[in-house]
Amino acid sequence: MTTKNVLSPETRELIKAQVSRRGFIAGVGGLGTVGLLAACGTKAAPKTAASTAAADTGGTVRWANWTLYLDYDTATKKYPTLEAFQKQSGITVSYKEDVNDNDEFYGKVQGQLKLGQDIGYDIVTLTDWMAGRWIRLGYTQKLDATNIPNKVNILDKLANVGFDPGRNNSLTWQTGFAGFGWNKQKLPKGIHTVEQLFASENKGKVEVLSEMRDTMGIIMQYQGVDIESGFTEAQFMNAIDFLQKKISDGFIRKVAGNSYKEDLISGDAVAVIGWSGDMFQLSSENAGKFDFAIPDSGGTLWSDNMMIPSTSTNKINAEKVMNYYYEPEVAAQVAAYVNYICPVKGAQAEMEKIDPKLAASPYIFPTDETLSKVKVFRSLTPAEETTFSILAWGFDPHAYHKDVWRFHRCRRSVTDDPGRIIFRSSRSLGLRQDDNSSNDCWTRRTYRWLNLYRRHGYNN
Amino acid sequence: MAYLQSMATRASTFSGKKGRLPYLLLAPGLLWLFTFFVLPIINLAGTSTQTPVIGGDTGQYVQTFRFANYIDAFNASREQFARSFIYATLATLLALAISYPLAYAIAFRSGKYKNLLLVLVIAPFFTSFLLRTVAWKQILGESGFVVPTLRALHIIGPNTTLTASALAVVTGMTYNFLPFMTLPLYASLERIDPRTLEASNDLYSNAFTTFRKVTFPLSMPGVVAGTLLTFIPAAGDYVNAAILGNPNTTMLGNVIDSRFFRIVDYPTAAALSFMLMAAILILVTLYIRKSGTDELV
Repeated sequence: MTTKNVLSPETRELIKAQVSRRGFIAGVGGLGTVGLLAACGTKAAPKTAASTAAADTGGTVRWANWTLYLDYDTATKKYPTLEAFQKQSGITVSYKEDVNDNDEFYGKVQGQLKLGQDIGYDIVTLTDWMAGRWIRLGYTQKLDATNIPNKVNILDKLANVGFDPGRNNSLTWQTGFAGFGWNKQKLPKGIHTVEQLFASENKGKVEVLSEMRDTMGIIMQYQGVDIESGFTEAQFMNAIDFLQKKISDGFIRKVAGNSYKEDLISGDAVAVIGWSGDMFQLSSENAGKFDFAIPDSGGTLWSDNMMIPSTSTNKINAEKVMNYYYEPEVAAQVAAYVNYICPVKGAQAEMEKIDPKLAASPYIFPTDETLSKVKVFRSLTPAEETTFSILAWGFDPHAYHKDVWRFHRCRRSVTDDPGRIIFRSSRSLGLRQDDNSSNDCWTRRTYRWLNLYRRHGYNN
Repeated sequence: MAYLQSMATRASTFSGKKGRLPYLLLAPGLLWLFTFFVLPIINLAGTSTQTPVIGGDTGQYVQTFRFANYIDAFNASREQFARSFIYATLATLLALAISYPLAYAIAFRSGKYKNLLLVLVIAPFFTSFLLRTVAWKQILGESGFVVPTLRALHIIGPNTTLTASALAVVTGMTYNFLPFMTLPLYASLERIDPRTLEASNDLYSNAFTTFRKVTFPLSMPGVVAGTLLTFIPAAGDYVNAAILGNPNTTMLGNVIDSRFFRIVDYPTAAALSFMLMAAILILVTLYIRKSGTDELV
């Protein structure tokens, strides 16, 4: 790898804002909410267009973001760019590192979103596919471009994304790579391939991301599957089988969100599938102990997006915050700390003033060469999403598809009458890859489900 | 005289309301139970038979009374079901084995230190359950002192870890639920009349026989209460498995958590919650029948 280890520990020392470990226990904060959640209705939400109906009350902007995602000064225990914004605008911002995992965050707030109750945030920062889901469901408010003049600074390739054409509902916060991170003291040779990640000496000390698209994306690319264009369930199942084998063989210690960082520091994990910026930050905090590389077989590229939830009554102030972070100078300050790919045009020039080495980093301002090594996981339909995440994290896919296998009967081919197929039960997706025709088959269960739906009518 | 009269009237009005009073006293509790137990349970039951909206987005479900959800949910997580009950049983047995001598010592042999020892048993509860579990992860992890020490003494191999294992999960549960076992045991042991033990001695039984025939049977209510207070929360626990376990030690609580919050698959999660509840209820009823203490039912 030519791109490995761009940032020397010395460089890192220079970066102004240094950090200490902050709490990562947030992941288990949702205990005890199950009962409350159960009381929430689970009827289909009426699909409303992104509304701007909520009255603007002004006041504190409550912002939910991922951990270690904004420049932080350990000495003053404050976020310098945020402090500067509050001073210059007079708007108070309550910044909370409340997102540990897209699914988990969605699971916590979606009941309130559906009922239109305040979720406690005016800005949420979520990954592309999850942002797409919020926009689709009408859980976001349309951004007013006049309040965000700096919106024009967004990188061209991010300006028009599939899930939000024209960026009317979202604005990129940071973009990054998923790849391998490792402890340089324990593994001086580094990790560049999936084989090296699952080498026998790492047994029980490997952690992978719970972000399905990142972990599965890396494994599927290792198996030679193109995750950007189409892939089949069979190919996905192959990757699941691979991962499941590694779990049952005891290689994988944890399937986690952001919390893999603490295990790397404590030494409980030595190699991970992790995110680029995290690894560089960890390394700078720990005297260059960690490193990151994009897998030789290919990594993934993702973005996190700022959005204003439909329940927020503080839209204008929230937009002002977004506008502020799209000033190239501010964006460069944030990028110098978080080390993710900066989505703002002109930030590279500003970065030259802060640290020329960072301005040259392909992990912050990626070159075409670096970008050629990563792919974006293709968008999934809601049915695929549920099925794939059940298969990926629903525990024991083998028991699952054994069960499916038993019920499997090929009644009718999809190709016989393509117009009739509207819905394939999630069950029908869990078929074995060795059956070539399986993707085109009905299962008995699908029939049962379909009959139910016919009887009770289709929604939408 | 006036005083007596007023007392008499008061007594009579009091007795007149006697029929209603118990209900009034019950009302807050019943209202609470109804709002926060009965209603959610009904809602949960409703959720458990829903199916996804066709063409709908993740998390959208309609009621179709599909009871096969239960079969699907069970089939998909049989392993975790088994694991939950095995781990909970192990943790309960371990807690009993540790707590009984402890409670016995506090009840009969602690003398003036009795109160101090009781406080020590409860003291960990002054800190959050979560923090204590995370603390164990640190203590038994690579950065703690236990693993390096054991490695230096060649008790464990260089690649063996103490956390992220089934052992850690069971130990964590035992630790976390220990006071729930100790306190009921202590309460029932403390109530034992020492004269029954003396009588046993007078009838020429040795210490062991006294324990077997007198002390233990008399402490049965404590044993039953303690095991239930440990087993029930342990079977539904997911914190220990999440913090101290690995992907191969997931328990049913973790599956339910993940279905609810991660996959947003409410019907399956609700069905699993119901089955867990039913399984615990059946086991507990059988256990109470078998152990012959009706006090608790």
